[in-house]
Amino acid sequence: MSSWGSGQRPITIAILAMGGEGGGVLADWIVAVGEQAGHHAQNTSVAGVAQRTGATVYYVELYPPGHARTDNTRSEPVLSLFPTPGEVDVVIASELMEAGRAIQRGFSTPDRTTLIASTNRVYSMDERLALGDGRVDSNTLLEAAHLGSRRFIGADFMDLALRSGSVISASLFGALAGSATLPFERSAFEDAIRASGKGVGASLAAFASGFDAAQQPAPQPLRTPAPTGNGPVPVAIGLRRPIDPAEEAAAAAQARREQLAISDPASLVGPALRRHAARVADHFPAPARSMLLHGVVRTATYQGPAYADSYLDRVARVAAFDTADEAARLTTEAARHIALWMCYQDTIQVALQKIRRRRLDGVRAEAKAAPGQLLNVREYLHPQLEEIADTLPAGLGRRVARSTWFAQLVGKLTHNGMVVNTTGLVGFTALWAIAMFRPLRPRSLRFVREQEAIDAWLDQLLAAAATDVELAREIVGCQRVLKGYGATHQHGRESFTTLLEQADALLGRDDAAATLARLREAALADEDGATLRRACAELAAPTALASPAR
Amino acid sequence: MAERSFAHEVRKLRAGEGSTVSGEGILAVTKALLQSGVAYVGGYQGAPISHLMDVLGDAHEILEELGVYFENSASEATAAAMLAASVNYPLRGAITFKSTVGTNVASDALANLASGGVQGGALIIVGEDYGEGSSIMQERSHAFAMKSQMWLLDPRPNVAAIVNAVEAGFELSEASSTPVMLQLRLRSCHLHGSFTAKDNVRPPMTVKDAAENPSRQVDRIVLPPASFVHEREKVEERWPAAVEYITNHGLNEVLGAGAADVGVIVQGGVYNTLNRAMELLGVSDAYGNTRIPTYVMNVTYPVVDAEILDFVKDKRAVLLVEEGQPDYIEQNLNTILRRAASDVALHGKDLLPVAGEYTATEVTRGLHAFLSRYLPDAAAAKPALLLPVGDPRSPFAPRVDPSVVRTRPPGLCTGCPERPIFSALKLAERETGKQHHVSADIGCHLFAINEPFNLGATTMGYGLGSAGAAALSPKGADRRTIAVMGDGGFWHNGLTSGVGNAVFNQSDQLLLVVDNAYSAATGGQDILSSRNDSPLRSTKHPIEKAVRGVGVTWARTVKNTYRIGELRDLFVKALTTKEPGPKVIIAQSECSLNRQRRERPLKAQAIRDGKRAVKERFGVDADTCTGDHACIRVSGCPSLTIKANPDPMRTDPVATVLDSCVGCGTCGANAHAAALCPSFYRSDLVYNPHWRDKALARLRRGWIAVLSSGVERRAARFEAMEVPA
Repeated sequence: MSSWGSGQRPITIAILAMGGEGGGVLADWIVAVGEQAGHHAQNTSVAGVAQRTGATVYYVELYPPGHARTDNTRSEPVLSLFPTPGEVDVVIASELMEAGRAIQRGFSTPDRTTLIASTNRVYSMDERLALGDGRVDSNTLLEAAHLGSRRFIGADFMDLALRSGSVISASLFGALAGSATLPFERSAFEDAIRASGKGVGASLAAFASGFDAAQQPAPQPLRTPAPTGNGPVPVAIGLRRPIDPAEEAAAAAQARREQLAISDPASLVGPALRRHAARVADHFPAPARSMLLHGVVRTATYQGPAYADSYLDRVARVAAFDTADEAARLTTEAARHIALWMCYQDTIQVALQKIRRRRLDGVRAEAKAAPGQLLNVREYLHPQLEEIADTLPAGLGRRVARSTWFAQLVGKLTHNGMVVNTTGLVGFTALWAIAMFRPLRPRSLRFVREQEAIDAWLDQLLAAAATDVELAREIVGCQRVLKGYGATHQHGRESFTTLLEQADALLGRDDAAATLARLREAALADEDGATLRRACAELAAPTALASPAR
Repeated sequence: MAERSFAHEVRKLRAGEGSTVSGEGILAVTKALLQSGVAYVGGYQGAPISHLMDVLGDAHEILEELGVYFENSASEATAAAMLAASVNYPLRGAITFKSTVGTNVASDALANLASGGVQGGALIIVGEDYGEGSSIMQERSHAFAMKSQMWLLDPRPNVAAIVNAVEAGFELSEASSTPVMLQLRLRSCHLHGSFTAKDNVRPPMTVKDAAENPSRQVDRIVLPPASFVHEREKVEERWPAAVEYITNHGLNEVLGAGAADVGVIVQGGVYNTLNRAMELLGVSDAYGNTRIPTYVMNVTYPVVDAEILDFVKDKRAVLLVEEGQPDYIEQNLNTILRRAASDVALHGKDLLPVAGEYTATEVTRGLHAFLSRYLPDAAAAKPALLLPVGDPRSPFAPRVDPSVVRTRPPGLCTGCPERPIFSALKLAERETGKQHHVSADIGCHLFAINEPFNLGATTMGYGLGSAGAAALSPKGADRRTIAVMGDGGFWHNGLTSGVGNAVFNQSDQLLLVVDNAYSAATGGQDILSSRNDSPLRSTKHPIEKAVRGVGVTWARTVKNTYRIGELRDLFVKALTTKEPGPKVIIAQSECSLNRQRRERPLKAQAIRDGKRAVKERFGVDADTCTGDHACIRVSGCPSLTIKANPDPMRTDPVATVLDSCVGCGTCGANAHAAALCPSFYRSDLVYNPHWRDKALARLRRGWIAVLSSGVERRAARFEAMEVPA
C-alpha cells in the first residue's frame, strides 16, 4: 500500500473566493492553527491581478507531525502548491457559484470533500448586465453542492459576518472549526484570530455564528416540478427555491396572502377599496386574486378608485378567455402586467415614491442609522424635457415640447443633473408639490398616449386569445420589455412594437407562443436591440427561402 | 505608500544565526540577500515580486544600518543597468522584477552586462508570472538566460531551498563572472514556510567605498574588439567555471539513485508537484523518498552534460518534466544524448502537455503514462483524476451544469477612480456618435476592455499605449484614435516612447493618462507624480508639466474624475478640437484601495473622538427601479449589483447597492451624465452632529411631518394595514 493511500498525507484545504474578500487572511489563520498544533503548514495563492475582484484560489496543506525519520530524503514534508482534483479534504467557497466552480474543477468531490459554502450569491458581471433577469439558477448550484461533496455545510455566511460587523472570512473560519474536519480544538481557532490582532471582537462574534451554523443541516434544493397537463411549464421567474430561512419566511407569507385573498380579500386592501375587493372575489378565479388585489391597491394609489375600476374592467376582458386553466395563468399575468403598465413611472409617481414615509424609513435601515441619528437623503435626478412635457396637460405639454427656449432652459438646468435633498425643506416641498399634480395626470400628454397603447395591446391579445391562449399569455408578458427611463425606455418601446408585430405574424402557427417567448428574451438580451433584430431576421429567413423568386 | 505594509514582518530580517524565521518566500529572499552581504538592491514592482520591493522599502532602516543601497528603479531596464556597479567592483548586487515582461524591458542592459561579465556577484531575481493567476503573455525567462548567457537557478519550492539558492547564486556568479538569474514561480513567491537564519553580513565593500575609489577595466566595455573577446570568454572560460561550481557544490540533486532503471529529470521549481504525482501513484512519500530515480535541476541553465550522462547511464528511459514552451531543455538533452551516442529513450512533451502550467493533474497524468510504458508494476496506486471523465468516480464527472458557473475576471474595485473615466469616455462616444480605436496599456485601466466598458483593442506593453496608437493616428481621418496610459506606465517609458514620439511625429491622437497617484496595479507603490510626501523619494512632479516639457500644447488635467459630466465634455472637446498634435488629458483621482486604507481608520477614530463625521453611501429605490440595469452597464462597480425584486408584481431583479459602497459618487454622477433613472440616492449619515445640525433637523422633521401626513392619510385609504404574521 502506498504511503498516500494509507493516510500519510497532508490535510488539504482549498479556498475559493473573490479578491478582497479576505481569503488570504483565512488561509493565514488556518496555517496558524496548524502550526500551533505542530503540523507542517504551507499555503500558497495566486494573487496578481486576480486580487482585483476576480476569482482566486488559496490553497493550504497541513502535514501532521510524527512521520519524520532521520533517513528521509527531505527533513520536512514536500507539500504541493496545487490543489489536486479528487484529493481535497476541505473546500471553502465564499459564495454559491464559487462552490459550483470548485465542483467543476474537481476540487470538491463526493468521495472525500467537506464543502463549506456560503449560500449567498455575488452575481457575476454578465448576470448583472442583463436587461431582464440574467441570474443563474441557484437551485442548480445548490443541487451541485450536495451532489459534489461528501458533506455539505451551507449557510449564508456573508449575512452572519455582516451581522457581526465582520467579514466573511471570519464566519467561514468558524464554520471550518464547527465542521470538526480538522483535528484542532475550537479554542485553537479562536487563538489564531486573537493573535492576528485586528478587529478581534467582531471576528470572534462572526466566528461563533459560523461555528453554530455549521451544526445546522444545509438547505436542500427544490426538486424540479414535473410538467403538469398540456403546454409548457410556466416560467416561474422570481419563484426561486427558498434557500435560506429569510426566503422561506417570505414564501410562507406569500402562501398566507394567497389564502387571505380567497378567505378575506378585504383584509388585503384599504377601507376605500372594499367594493373592489368584493368584485375581485365575485368575478375572478381564485388563483389570480392575490395579484389582482395588488393591482387594485396600486392603481388606486396611483390615480384613484375609479382608475382601479378601469383596471378591473381591463383584466375582466382577458379573464373571460381563461376558462380552461385551473391555475388561471392568463388572468394572473394580465393582472400583473396591466397594473404595471397602468402605473407607468412618470415624474408624479416618482416624486410620490420618493416622499413616502416607508421609503425614508427603508433608507435609514439600509444606511444602518441608529434611532434618532441624523440622516440626509439626496436624490440624483435628471428630468428630461419629454418627461416634463409628458406630465403637463396635453395641450400645454405639446406646446412646451415644441418650445425651443423651454428646451434650452431645461437643458441648462439639467445638463449635469440635479441633486435634491429630500430631507430638506426645499427638496421635500418640491417633490411633494410634484406629487400633488396627480389630479391633473389624466389630462396629460402621456396619460392619453399610454391608455391608447394599453387598449391596442389588449385588443391584440384578446384577438389572439380567441384561438391561441398560450400566445395571448406571451403577448401579456411582452409588457416586461417596457422598462427604464429616457433612452432605455425609448428602446423598450421600440422592442415592444417589434414584438407585437411579430406576434401578429405568428398567429396561427403551432409554435407561436414559444417563438414569441424566445423573441422577448432576445429583446432583453441587449440594449441596442441587435439580438432582437437578428432573431427576427432568422425567423423571416426560412420563409424567404421557402418562397421561390417571383 | 504601498498597498500592503511589511513593517511588522521586516523585524524578522534582524534574526540572527540559528534562529528560525517563518514567512512568505519573498521575505526569505530578502533575508538571504542580507545574509549574503549584498551591497545594493534595485528593482521594479510587479506581481509576483511586488512584495519583495515592498519588503525592501519597509526595511530601509536595516538596509541603511548595513550600508546597503536600495532604490525603486524607474523601470526594469534601469534596474538591470544598475548592475553595472558589479562590473568593475567586487560588489554584490541584486535586482528584481516580474518576468518575462521585465526581462523584455531589461534585455538591452542585461545583454551588455552579460557580455562583459561581472566581478561582484550579480543576481537577477525574476518572478515568473506564468500559469493560473498570471496577468501577462505566457513565455519563459529561460530564453533570456540562454540568449545572453546568464545562469538560471530554479530552486524547488521550499523556503530554505530558496534561501540557499540566493547565497549559491552570488557565489556562482562570482565564480564564473556571469550574472545569475534566480527564477521564482508565482506560487513560490507567496509560499509560506520557514528556514534557519544566519547573521546578516555587512558588505565588505559598500557602494560608497566603490564610488570614492573609481576603477575601470576597458576590456569589460562592450565595444569591438572587446565584444568579440567576450563571446569567446563566455564559452571558453565562464561556462566551464560555472559547470565546475555547480558540480562541486552539488546544486543539482539526484534522489533515489539505483532504485530503478528508469528515471525522471525535473526542473527544481516543479519538484514538489512531481513528488505529489509520485505520491499519488504510490512511488514516493511525503518526505521525498522516491522509488524512481530523480534528477532535480535546481540549475536549469547551463545543463551540466556530465551529470545528465551520469544519471542516464544505467537507465532505459527518462522522463523530462519541463514546464512551458519551447522545450529548450528537452532539445538540449537530446543534443547531449545524441552526441554521447546514448540509447536511453528521452520522453518529455510527447507524454506531457506541450504548453501550459504543469499542475498536479498534468504531471500525474504524464508520469503515469511514462511508468505504464516502462515500469507497469511500479505504480501501486491509481488516483481518481486518472479515471475517464465518464466514470462517476472521476473528480471531473459533470456534477454541475456548466452554464451556471460563469467566468469572473478581475475588474475595477469599488470606488475606483478609473471607473468614472471610462463611463465618461463611453458617454463621450455616445455624444460624438463615433466609436474610436482605443489603444490600451498595462495597468488596472486595462480592465476596461471587459464588460461593461468594452474599451480597448490592443495592449503592447507597459507605457506603450500611446505608441500602440502611432500608426492609427493618420491625418485627415474623420475621428481620433484614443490611447490610454497609466501614471505607472507613463514614467516607466511612456513619456518618451509615447508622448515624445507623438509630438515629434505630430500624431493627432487623444492620449488619456490615468493618474491615480501610485503604481496602483502593482500594489500602490509611489512614483514621480505621487501626491503624498515620501520621506525617501522625491514626489509631486506633475505629469502635465512633463508632457508640456516635451512639446505637448493641448494638455488638460482633471482633478476629480468622479465628475463624469465634466469629464465627458472634456473628452468631446479633445476629440473635436482642431488643434494639431497629440491631445493629452490627465485624469487624476487617488486609487481607492489606498485612499480607503488611509482614511477609514481616521474616520472611525474621529467618530470615537466625538468629532462630527459624515458617512456617505449610495442606494437604489426598489420602487422606482424598473430592473433594466442600465446603471450597471455604464459602471460595473462590484458594490452595484442586483437583488430579487421586493415588489410582488415585478419579476426582474432590481439594482441594489451593497454595504461595501464607499460613496465615491460614480453612481450619482452616472445617473446624471447618462440621464439614467431617478432611483439613485445618496444617504449621508451624520455622526456627532453640531447643534446647528440638530436644530435644522428638528425644523425639517416638523415640516416634513406636516406635508407627508396628507400623503400618508390618502394612501392609508387604499393600502391594507400590514398583514399580521
